[in-house]
Amino acid sequence: MMWLLAQAGHPAAMHEATLAHYLFVAVAMFVIGVIGFLTRRNLIVMFLCTELMFLAAGIAAIAFGRFWLDYTGQSLVIFVVTVAAAEAAMALALVVLLFRKRETLSAEAWQELKG
Amino acid sequence: MTMLADMLAAMTSPATGGKVPQGAGLMMLVPALTLLGVVLCTLCAIFRVKNKLPAWISVGCLVGSFVAVAATYAGFDGGAKIAHGFEWITFHWSDAPVSGGKASFVANFSFYIDSLTLLWMLFVTGLATLIALYASEYMSHDVGTGYCRFFVAFCLFVFSMACLVMGDNMLLLYLGWEGVGLCSYLLIGYFYKKPSAVAAAKKAFIMNRIGDLGLALGIMLTFVHFGSIEYTVIFEKAKPYLAAMSEGRYGDIPTMVKVIPLLLMVGAFGKSAQLPLYVWLPDAMEGPTPVSALIHAATMVTAGVYLIARTYPLFLLSEWALPIVAWVGTLTAFLAATIGMAQFDIKRIMAYSTVSQLGYMFAGLGVLASTGAAFHVFTHAFFKAMLFLSCGAVMHGFAGQLDLRKLSGVAFMKGWGIVGIAMFVGCLNLAGFPFTAGYFSKDMILAEAFTTPGMAGIGWVLLLTAGLTAYYTFRVFFRVFVGPKYYEPGDEVHAHADHGHDSHGHDGHAKDSHGHGEHAGDHAGGHGGGHGGGHEFHPHAPGWAINSVLAILTVATIAAAGAYFLKPADGGHGGWVGGMVHSSSAAFESPFAHHGAEGGAEGGANGGAGQAQGHAGGLPSAFRTGEAGHGGTFLGWDPHKVMYYVSAVVGAVGILAAFVLHYAGRTTAARSRADGLLPMVGGVSRLAQRKWLVDELYDALVRKPLWVLSNVFHLIDKLVVDGLVDLAGFIPRAVGGSIRPAQSGVLHGYALGMAGGLALFLVIVLLVTFA
Repeated sequence: MMWLLAQAGHPAAMHEATLAHYLFVAVAMFVIGVIGFLTRRNLIVMFLCTELMFLAAGIAAIAFGRFWLDYTGQSLVIFVVTVAAAEAAMALALVVLLFRKRETLSAEAWQELKG
Repeated sequence: MTMLADMLAAMTSPATGGKVPQGAGLMMLVPALTLLGVVLCTLCAIFRVKNKLPAWISVGCLVGSFVAVAATYAGFDGGAKIAHGFEWITFHWSDAPVSGGKASFVANFSFYIDSLTLLWMLFVTGLATLIALYASEYMSHDVGTGYCRFFVAFCLFVFSMACLVMGDNMLLLYLGWEGVGLCSYLLIGYFYKKPSAVAAAKKAFIMNRIGDLGLALGIMLTFVHFGSIEYTVIFEKAKPYLAAMSEGRYGDIPTMVKVIPLLLMVGAFGKSAQLPLYVWLPDAMEGPTPVSALIHAATMVTAGVYLIARTYPLFLLSEWALPIVAWVGTLTAFLAATIGMAQFDIKRIMAYSTVSQLGYMFAGLGVLASTGAAFHVFTHAFFKAMLFLSCGAVMHGFAGQLDLRKLSGVAFMKGWGIVGIAMFVGCLNLAGFPFTAGYFSKDMILAEAFTTPGMAGIGWVLLLTAGLTAYYTFRVFFRVFVGPKYYEPGDEVHAHADHGHDSHGHDGHAKDSHGHGEHAGDHAGGHGGGHGGGHEFHPHAPGWAINSVLAILTVATIAAAGAYFLKPADGGHGGWVGGMVHSSSAAFESPFAHHGAEGGAEGGANGGAGQAQGHAGGLPSAFRTGEAGHGGTFLGWDPHKVMYYVSAVVGAVGILAAFVLHYAGRTTAARSRADGLLPMVGGVSRLAQRKWLVDELYDALVRKPLWVLSNVFHLIDKLVVDGLVDLAGFIPRAVGGSIRPAQSGVLHGYALGMAGGLALFLVIVLLVTFA
């Protein structure tokens, strides 16, 4: 992108995108995911936040892979996303079952393991 | 079987440390037969034998043991023999660098047979046989498991007594000591449904235990010093000390050796019921009369006397031991006599007289009259057993009546003649009437007391006690056996129409109506009231077993007097018993024995058997006066000649007093002239009747503090010990309780926990990286 702009003769007014930028995005996504997981009560939304956390970790992996010229980052993410998809299917199946029991998607409906 | 073969082989081959025990091997039969009796009677109990078989088994085994002892005596030629049984306890540890070369502890199941042993075993087995025969009839109402149980304990008792008397080491003696204590407990508590009997059994056992502590410590101390607890080794090692003693060099004797007899005597006092451990013996009369006769008159209570006689060499080594023994014996004799004068239960009176006569024996040992003491043991065994058996016959026939205010003229009732004669002979002996066996034996002790310097005080107190003894003995005789005929049945009347038998503590018998309203005294549990109108009570005269035993004993008691006149084999004095004692470890030839004028410096002659110790002219220094060599005198006369007459006079005074107060002018059973005198001595007599409140004193001094202490300990246990344990349980609970809120069951809570942990971890990593 920077290169395209530079070919058009336009001076590169912005900095080069460094590793830090990508990590910053990844961390922001992760934190949003954590906060969402901790504050929302809806089971599906909580699961959405966990997916966010997954993808944030994936972004970080790809960024490291790009800047250190190592394929490991990308290949890891392919596997992680695949597993995340399978796990999402399972989790949503569980959520459906839980919903059938309590007629609500609220996580607060399940407190029977109180010690 | 191999053990038996070993025993037989050991018997016929040279045994350890002794001569070839050809004759002494027979003595192994004594414990063997009595143990056999125990086993067979136990089998009878298991098979629920309902007849008198256990009695006949016991009598058979005991007769066998008596025959074995008699045969050994007949073939005995003096000296000491060891009959080796089997190796019981043998520890060897070598290279012991401690003093005395203690490299081993050996206690074998072997017997040390010398003349003292034979003397004791003769009367123990003889009396045991006769009393077993007596008991076969006396206990006959109890046939069944109780009968078997009685004879099991009886045979076990004789076995233990045999171990005690015949053992060749102090551990076997201790085994027998404990065994007789156990059997005493079992037999006193024979009527276990009666609370007073159970309490008496416990009292006897516990007081014996106190004495046993002293004995155990003495045995341990003996081992520590002499390196062995076998008599042969001890006597051998004590020889240098005895030499020092005879020359008056008491400083050369180590203190430990002097402490040993002080400990041993505590054991003797406990077992033989002397001050302060005598209070169990009167209570022990709760047991059946054969038990009282055998155990608490003739055999077990003489174990203390035997212990001192056997370890006499050790007692001679301490300046204080024998005088203490003498004084304790004397005081006990006097105290018990005063109590006996004021009791109404004839068995109790006999019990106190036993305590008193045992005091005489101890006093005899203490004044260096071991012959007199042994002779008194011998004669006392016979006549006291006879007295108890007569009282038992009375109790058996009158349904448990023992109060002398409720019985009179028994000797004149039909069928009671032999009992009356036996009682009369026994009373004469106990009172020391001239020419009875009791007279001679008591006389020996009294004469020695006055002869030995420094012991005259003992002599006077014993003489006074002799007068009191004569009084209370004939009080019983004049009240119960002669005079107007009268009787009241005792508490144990379960009137079945066909036999006016007593029953001890049986519940659930059908009760017939009975003419008498109340009975004084205690209730043998479970007898309610309900005695209505007219069934007559008939006294039950003794049967053939009781009568024959009493007759045999009467003859034996009269014959025992003859033992005084038989010349002993070694030419010493003191009659047959003297001969037996002189060739044993209990020999001490006091130089004052015959004459006051001869110098005491020369060694006294002694029937020199290998083990005899303690002769030579010296005396324990407590006995010395300024002029060594002058014996004591009785008011200026030679005690040996004069004492015959003096004690006869004293005895006669006592009998006369009893006659005047209890026979002359008495028309009823309940009152006699003595009751008229009562207001004059009032308080003293009441105190004496309440046994000088000694039991109450022990209660206050010992039992109450112990009770308080035990409550204190209980509190400590509850608060401190349990508190600590509870604390140990409390901590995990508290910790768990504090962590439990973390498991709330709320999903967000867990998520928060995870996130928080992650944050903490990141902080730590940051700090570590940039620190």
